[in-house]
Amino acid sequence: MENARRTHAVLTARRAGLIGCTRCGRVHLADEHHCRRCGSALSSRDVGSLQRVWAWLIAGMIAYIPANVYPMLLTQTFGKRQENTIVGGAIELLDHGSWGVALIVFTASVLIPIGKFIAIAYLAISMRTAVTIRGHGRQHLYEVVEFIGRWSMIDVFVVAILAALVRFDFVATINPGIAAVSFALSVAFTMISAQNIDPRLLWDAYEADDT
Amino acid sequence: MVDDLIACPTCDALHHITDVPAGARARCSRCHTVLMTPRKGAMTQIVMLAATAAVLMVAAIFFPFLQLHAGGLSRQSSVLGAVMAFSEGGMLPLSVAVALLIVILPLGRLLAITYALAPMALGWHPARHAIRAFRWAEATKPWAMAEIFIIGVAVALVKVAGLATVTLGPAFWAFAALVLVTVLKDNFMCRLTIWKTLEERTRS
Repeated sequence: MENARRTHAVLTARRAGLIGCTRCGRVHLADEHHCRRCGSALSSRDVGSLQRVWAWLIAGMIAYIPANVYPMLLTQTFGKRQENTIVGGAIELLDHGSWGVALIVFTASVLIPIGKFIAIAYLAISMRTAVTIRGHGRQHLYEVVEFIGRWSMIDVFVVAILAALVRFDFVATINPGIAAVSFALSVAFTMISAQNIDPRLLWDAYEADDT
Repeated sequence: MVDDLIACPTCDALHHITDVPAGARARCSRCHTVLMTPRKGAMTQIVMLAATAAVLMVAAIFFPFLQLHAGGLSRQSSVLGAVMAFSEGGMLPLSVAVALLIVILPLGRLLAITYALAPMALGWHPARHAIRAFRWAEATKPWAMAEIFIIGVAVALVKVAGLATVTLGPAFWAFAALVLVTVLKDNFMCRLTIWKTLEERTRS
């Protein structure tokens, strides 16, 4: 791998005894605490970040359990009362024949959250121990996790729109269930967890594999 | 000597700052993160697009968003209605959160970006607290979810389609345009160049 060979030559800010700002890229001498350009807090490596990553991740996983057990939507049509969980809602869409939309809902509210839990846990573990996957692989995984996490909020917005449109005076009433709250919390917690990952640590671990 | 260097925000590799021609991309040699993509007149374009998006946002909030018709009855809802949907039955915090994600943060970011960059686009010194405003806009970026809301609307429409006929209001189109403008604006945005310019202009 040509990339693997090139890594040896890379001079990082830390090896040079300097600190780089993660927000604006400005380089500082080691004794500075706040970036002179953008005012962000500086640290050569965010050592405490791993603990925060795990804490938020676990909080997100816990909140994801009630999000799946309790109903997301409470529908009342002519006196009939129906409760839908997240997966139930996707299945109902399937019954209506809307394959595409069912797939979007299922992906956004089941596949992405669970995939994200696994990906973040994997990244967090890989910072500690030397692993086989190459730096670029982890970098891509990190970028995907950062990018995709927000899209899980879709289901919460769907519930909000439905509840706003379909009210008492109408043929049916739709109310949000308690799962909407825990699902929103779960998404928010995992987003915070992903933001706490210091990608520089991923690259440090990569160097350790090599040398 | 430190001023000629740039550290990749993703992998910490050090690079010498060189003049990147407009339209080109400078990538980190190690992790290939884009470091700089300066463009001609980018500041002006960003400010224009951000201001446009802010106007569209105001329209999107107050005009009717969706209308439902069924059996002679009709009902309409604005974005505010969707925000307030959770306000009953102890779910008020969720209402507040939704308001933040789809209205307050996107609008706040647009205003902050305009405030930080407009004076520079005109060739003036940056405004006071311009650095703080731009830092806030950068930090809240993942939490502004207007584009996700639009996809949410599409999903909701399919779910309701069986119950009633749905008409899209003017606010829907304003919101859709807003998402496009925001994507364009983010394309023009080169974080590191903007930070550098902000610093240089503040000092001089």
